[in-house]
Amino acid sequence: MNEEYTISVFSENHVGVLHRITTIFTRRGINIESITVSESEIHGIHRFNIVVSSTEVLMEKVVKQIEKQIEVLRAFFYPLDKIIYQEIALYKLPVEAVQNGTSIEHIIRNNHARILTVEKDFLVVEKTGHKQETQALFDELKPYGVLEFVRSGRVALSKSPQRFKDYLDAPELGKRNTDEEVRELAENN
Amino acid sequence: MIMEIVAEKKPKNDERKAVRVSGAEALILSLEHEGVTTIFGYPGGAIMPVYDALFDHQENIHHILMRHEQGAVHAAQGFARASGRVGVVFATSGPGATNLITGIADAMIDSTPVVCITGNVFSPLLGTDAFQETDVVGISMPVTKWNHQVTSAEEIPDAIAKAFYIAKSGRPGPVLVDITKDAQVNEFDFSYKTCEGIRSYHPVPALDNDKLKEAADLINKAKRPFVLFGQGIILSHAENELKAFIEKTGIPAAWTLLGLSALPTNHPLNVGMLGMHGNYGPNFLSNESDVVIAVGMRFDDRVTGKVSEYLNNSKVIHMDIDPSEINKIIHADVPVLGDAKESLSALTALVNENSHEEWIQRFRDCDKKEHEKVIKNELFPTAGVLTMGEVIRIMSENAKSDAIIVTDVGQHQMVTSRYSKFVKSKSSITSGGLGTMGFCLPAAIGARFGAPERQVIGVIGDGGFQMTIQELGTIFQTDIELKILILNNHYLGMVRQWQQLFFDKRYSATEMVNPDFQTIARGYGIESKKIEKREDLESGIKEFLNFKGSYLLEVVVGKENNVFPMVPAGCSVAEIRLE
Repeated sequence: MNEEYTISVFSENHVGVLHRITTIFTRRGINIESITVSESEIHGIHRFNIVVSSTEVLMEKVVKQIEKQIEVLRAFFYPLDKIIYQEIALYKLPVEAVQNGTSIEHIIRNNHARILTVEKDFLVVEKTGHKQETQALFDELKPYGVLEFVRSGRVALSKSPQRFKDYLDAPELGKRNTDEEVRELAENN
Repeated sequence: MIMEIVAEKKPKNDERKAVRVSGAEALILSLEHEGVTTIFGYPGGAIMPVYDALFDHQENIHHILMRHEQGAVHAAQGFARASGRVGVVFATSGPGATNLITGIADAMIDSTPVVCITGNVFSPLLGTDAFQETDVVGISMPVTKWNHQVTSAEEIPDAIAKAFYIAKSGRPGPVLVDITKDAQVNEFDFSYKTCEGIRSYHPVPALDNDKLKEAADLINKAKRPFVLFGQGIILSHAENELKAFIEKTGIPAAWTLLGLSALPTNHPLNVGMLGMHGNYGPNFLSNESDVVIAVGMRFDDRVTGKVSEYLNNSKVIHMDIDPSEINKIIHADVPVLGDAKESLSALTALVNENSHEEWIQRFRDCDKKEHEKVIKNELFPTAGVLTMGEVIRIMSENAKSDAIIVTDVGQHQMVTSRYSKFVKSKSSITSGGLGTMGFCLPAAIGARFGAPERQVIGVIGDGGFQMTIQELGTIFQTDIELKILILNNHYLGMVRQWQQLFFDKRYSATEMVNPDFQTIARGYGIESKKIEKREDLESGIKEFLNFKGSYLLEVVVGKENNVFPMVPAGCSVAEIRLE
């Protein structure tokens, strides 16, 4: 049975690392649901968050293939309950939407969204949350004529007390050693 | 002459004294620092500054002009596999670079250390569809262990140092460094420092003593233990450690195609070849073993047969340097990560002396059966068409004992691997994982330069020979002594065999109408003979092997001979067929 997994990859910030990582998924016919990349808490080390629908067995193999890439420092995978995660969504609405009564205000308030800007012709609403939540707001705003909508990939942090820096500071640990360790990490995290 | 040129040269000490040079000159100096003496390549527009710099270093670096870039990579592979050193390739941008890809993919799947250097257009032209511009870094990414584009001269020494370190450390593999033309021509202050480590890369996992103990316990209690070894033994120079381990424990050992020659053929515990066309015993008895010790091998599907019916009664100890191989195909009950040499010697210290005579007798019984049903007729036929087996038997009997046998892909490859006798490691060079037809001829040329003191014999089918036949030109120009044995059955034999067995003998596109190979050889100044009769075979092979200089011997063998035993695709290894 497929389940949603979030893979976190810590890599050097070099040209081509993204391509190397994505080909690992392509080759195995795994579709990437979302991907985000940005610098981590350590200068020069970038963190990828990749969301896929797959199986634990396949994830173990994929994560090991990712770790095998020379420029990857470590990679981990987590089921949903082992991470704290968010996505951000932006909604562009025609300015008329707020000129007819107060319902938009209620919707924004109830959804803990906020208005980023109001221009002459449009306004932009921002909402962070899980996909269902940003999608729910989209559905509510739809009758008001959503001009544009965008949702980011997932950003996620593991619930593990271990910091990535601990791995980095202990190079003797090397990259992950065995599958047991993979499982352990997945379970503990 | 060759001896002098490729004689082992110690890498120079790090000299940090800077000298002002062009990027191209820096590249050559960097290669010299890495101890490179032989390069296989093909020039072109985007790498001309490098070739110009090479012109002044001909005394130290011998460049072998191949006839195609694919041939250059295969030659570098043959060089690496024969010598244990890193093979180096030069090619130009665009088509030069794309022609490398098959060879790089082959080196990747067979873990061969190769450094490819490609030239590219001036960096401002990247991405503009300039003449002979292609995204070689992007194209080669899935088939390289690492690759990198250099756009400034200053980066060259570090990129080359890293390339060599990555190619040869841990599980070896091909790397590619693409250097733009401006980086080749610009000048900078050169100094060189060899790479000693990369923070994101841990090539050799630390040994885990607990795992070793677990493995030793399993081995000590095993009734029918079985060792499967692969190229990891050769790559980690663990031949003696493997021997010591099996001799102490008395465990029979079988090899994968790429593990061939790591253990002498006549070693009493060498029970033969694994896989689709391997020996009967090692396949049939796999599923009867209770403990399997797999060392430096990756459970290729040609070895496992139907995975769900493979080793179901065995505990598996999987020893490998590459963590991603553990549990990739077969669940490892005890994974032992690390370098095979180190792991095996540590494990040998923990295991009890033992013998498994009854179990080994089972292999001997299987051998007897295989001999009766297959080998006898294949190696000692008295009438009818010539068989590949008898040709290989006579070739092997008359070759020098430390000869390197290079094979292509197909029936002849299986027959040669099954019936050649080896006493020395690094004596069999073939394309295993990728199964690249056309590998043999250029790889044999490379092996010749990698081990100039050894006899090199290339065994090729009529199909594969014509895939890289142009490399006869390289033999001609370099004037090397290479023995080329063509087993000509006028078919793409392995495909034809499958058509016969599984496609109702519908021989679709497998018959080869071949040219006269003697005429072709003559054009390249290579001595040649064709043998069609049994009575001419032995004397013909002797003449071929004893000839001073290159020689192409064509032996016409049975058109519809098959290779047996065979584990049909999708079947369990226990269903191995003898006929």
